Amino acid sequence: MGVTGSALLDVDRIRRDFPVLERRLGDDRPLVYLDNSATSLTPSPVVDAMATYYNEYNANVHRGLHQLSQEASIAYEDAHDAVAEFIGADGREEVIFTKNTTESLNLVAYSWGLEHLGPGDEVVITEMEHHAALVTWQQIARRTGATLRYIGLTDDGRLDMSSASERIGDDTAVVSAVHVSNTLGTVNPVDDLVDMAHEHDAIAVIDGAQAVPMRPVDVGSMDADFYAFSGHKMLGPTGIGVLYGKEELLQRLEPFLYGGSMIEKVTFDESRWNELPWKFEAGTPPIAEGIGLHRAVDYLESIGMDRIQRHEEALVSYALERFDALDDVEVYGPRDPATRGGLLAFNLETVHPHDLAQVMNDFAVAIRAGDHCTQPLHDRLDITASARASFYVYNQPSDIDVLIDGIDAARELFIA
Amino acid sequence: MDLGSDIYRQQILDHYRNPRNHGSLEEPTFTHEGENTMCGDLIEMDVELDDDDVITSVAFRGDGCAISQASASMLTERLIGMSLEEVDALDRDDMIDMLGVEISPMRVKCAVLAEKVVQDGADIHRGKIDLDRTNLDDS
Repeated sequence: MGVTGSALLDVDRIRRDFPVLERRLGDDRPLVYLDNSATSLTPSPVVDAMATYYNEYNANVHRGLHQLSQEASIAYEDAHDAVAEFIGADGREEVIFTKNTTESLNLVAYSWGLEHLGPGDEVVITEMEHHAALVTWQQIARRTGATLRYIGLTDDGRLDMSSASERIGDDTAVVSAVHVSNTLGTVNPVDDLVDMAHEHDAIAVIDGAQAVPMRPVDVGSMDADFYAFSGHKMLGPTGIGVLYGKEELLQRLEPFLYGGSMIEKVTFDESRWNELPWKFEAGTPPIAEGIGLHRAVDYLESIGMDRIQRHEEALVSYALERFDALDDVEVYGPRDPATRGGLLAFNLETVHPHDLAQVMNDFAVAIRAGDHCTQPLHDRLDITASARASFYVYNQPSDIDVLIDGIDAARELFIA
Repeated sequence: MDLGSDIYRQQILDHYRNPRNHGSLEEPTFTHEGENTMCGDLIEMDVELDDDDVITSVAFRGDGCAISQASASMLTERLIGMSLEEVDALDRDDMIDMLGVEISPMRVKCAVLAEKVVQDGADIHRGKIDLDRTNLDDS
């Protein structure tokens, strides 16, 4: 058993940027953080960039003539440019800062969905959607009279593309799909789904919350109409998410939130909207968070997204190898590390995942246990909950060894 | 090894591995079930009463974490001989005292599920409430 060294990042060096990894918990054990799909840790350069904003040029953006406001405005606008370049968008006009992936998806569903959907229209999503997309489209479909249809799964947790061909048709108005499943880890063929949507004049909306942190993403070559992700899962701060939208679509789209900043001219009778992307950023935006996200993007680029993807694959590959040696552990999702993201949901036979997570906590291992905001998928898998370990740039093979020790201890405790 | 959280004391593990009063009653006076949807804990309880509304026997079955199942097992031992008024008076602290360990806020629902199931079942039996199934995540 082993991990091919060349695929792994220089974890020792990276870990020095994450002070929280120095914490020792419980019985003086070093923290093993394996809950990255929920939120990633934040490196010092990101925290420092946000502190610099607060300590040196703390001001509101867009409207001040004073120097601090100008500095803050430039930094906040530059952050849009950096994110645009990072994901292959054409420019800041296509990058809207929101609160998180959920708000990004709600923006599309409310602004585009309420205007374009009606009885007879179909919204096609997948059985592995996160509640962020599933609940949102469910409710917008109910309000507009549109029909919600689901693309089914294969037994090994991939999208059933023949089901996709059946579901996506002339009545389809929207195809909304998760890029990387937060439960199965599956990397979906989003390029194909986008093409299928466009063949039927539907728009394609992709939830990239688990994809952007882990692998290179190019929304341009993917040709997605909308693409949503969160800052806090990619080394950035909480409180900021991104919605990419094609400029021509965003130009025609009605705003989601109204108020200050998003207007160009207001009279007592009517208002005209500001230019993109500000038309969709009402009120004081997440300024420090935007600046922090910019720094997180720089940090990821300095490592290289290709290398991060290989690192994730190496860790998943090693984890699968260790899990395979355990007869009483079921791992969900595809087996091939090349077709899955850096996360593993699993169950230990006869031990409830909450009990498992509690025992893991004694080993200072942070894992997630529950339904991971994919209740219908858990129903589909015929389980109520699962445990999930998810890996990122600072994780190392020894973290997986500690995870396995925790599983062994839980087995001994509950099944003795 | 010494487990820091100390939540899985021997008593809890014993009730989890060998639940008392596990199964079902032939002629229960009432049966009720409840769940924590988010956690996936499920408890179904059969209760038999005498003419004075005192519990003469109890049986439960279910599925879920060690805390939910062990607390149900421990509660059934205590319920026998109790009047429904005494059942009404049970509360969260009684359950936590009975378990004898610190329960984190995240796990309280697991600890009180069995208590809520028997209380709701008793209320339905006496016509006090109309409820199909107890769900702690609805409240």
